[in-house]
Amino acid sequence: MNYTVAELTEQIRQMFIENYWLQDVTVRGEISNMKRASSGHWYFTLKDDKAQLRGAMWRSSVSLQQYVPENGAQVEAHGYIDLYAPRGEYQLIADFIHPIGIGDLYARFEQLKARLEAEDLFDADRKRPLPAFPTRIGVVTSREAAAFQDVQNVLRRRFPLAEVILSPTAVQGEAAPGQIVAALDRLNQYGKVDVILLIRGGGSIEDLWAFNDEAVARAVAASPIPIISGVGHETDFTIVDFVSDLRAPTPSAAAELATPNIDDLRYSVASAQANLTAILQAQVNGLRDDLDNAQRAMRHLSPVRQIASQRQRIDDWNTRLERVQKVRLITLRERLTSRTAALEAASPQAILARGYAIVTYSASGERVRHAADAQPGEAITVQLHDGDLNARIEDKDTHEHYRRTLF
Amino acid sequence: MSTIDELSFEAAYAELETILEQLESGELPLEDSVALFERGRKLSERCQTLLDKAELRVNQLTGSGDVEPLT
Repeated sequence: MNYTVAELTEQIRQMFIENYWLQDVTVRGEISNMKRASSGHWYFTLKDDKAQLRGAMWRSSVSLQQYVPENGAQVEAHGYIDLYAPRGEYQLIADFIHPIGIGDLYARFEQLKARLEAEDLFDADRKRPLPAFPTRIGVVTSREAAAFQDVQNVLRRRFPLAEVILSPTAVQGEAAPGQIVAALDRLNQYGKVDVILLIRGGGSIEDLWAFNDEAVARAVAASPIPIISGVGHETDFTIVDFVSDLRAPTPSAAAELATPNIDDLRYSVASAQANLTAILQAQVNGLRDDLDNAQRAMRHLSPVRQIASQRQRIDDWNTRLERVQKVRLITLRERLTSRTAALEAASPQAILARGYAIVTYSASGERVRHAADAQPGEAITVQLHDGDLNARIEDKDTHEHYRRTLF
Repeated sequence: MSTIDELSFEAAYAELETILEQLESGELPLEDSVALFERGRKLSERCQTLLDKAELRVNQLTGSGDVEPLT
């Protein structure tokens, strides 16, 4: 047979097209050389560890495609095999690509998580306390990682008293788990760091997979030095996050959680100094008060004070005495008044006023007490309340008959 | 008591806190309090100096276990 290249190529192409099986295939592999052309078509290579296959997806299928594969993604692509004559290459014309492995990875993640949890490696009481002043901070990550720069920036701003000691390692790829374990090991051997930050920036689940590695998880759990993990973004959880002593949502957050804030430290120092002054001042004030009290007590006990006090007491007594006397005087005066009234009621003058008279002998001035003594013709004075009457006795009657009849 | 100029921030601050506690107990003679106050004041100055001068050091641990500056 004699063909032109084009004729032969067309013959071979027909072989593909006529093969029913090759017109409806599903191929599993890793995406590489992914190219999204401006025409809207996709070009890529599917590979595994033994072979590779060129692939394309036309714009019409791309428009239906929700999942956009990236290099490194494990996918299943469906389509048919065709031959591209200008390059003499057979290729897969894909009409649908979907990711695989994520389900797979997820299952592995869950299995490992369950196993380690059953070993109590996630227990809260396994978590070691973090140092308040981490003067040496170990960092396990890639030297070129943006996350490492982020951590340095945070530490420079927050806690520049620290010394950062990087233990470099790859953080993705097949070699990463072994290197991470070795990097942790080196820091633990070195032994002088207070805390270790195990960090990596964001990425796909595959990128972060080293942090779901069993050996890495066990190395983190076994580390004598406490470890803060900060892997990916806030929503990413890795096995390492469960076994670490503290999970930070991001690398920067790991640096923040590891350290005190220099502003707080400044404040603490300033308030310590203020306390210092205040306490001494209080002690001096206290002593001054004691002194004042002592002086006051001295004054209180001195003779001058006592004399003054006695004088005061005497004054008090005098006052009381005067008051008592005054009361007594009032009582006496009242009594006097009432007695005077009684006396006056009983006075001869008062009796005379009621119509009685006092009779005296004019010559002797003595009272005429008994009728028997008086002689007719004798001069007598009859004293009334408002004047005297001079009289002479004419006759007398001794009232013998009264005496007889009465007694 | 060690030379204050050689103390790390952590050590200086820890001693400062101890001094505060001693002073707060209020059972010291005035002379001792004044001495402690003086040392406390120097310690807090040391802390402030350290904070003001602090500059993050970044080193790396080599495979052979040595620490070298990272530039």
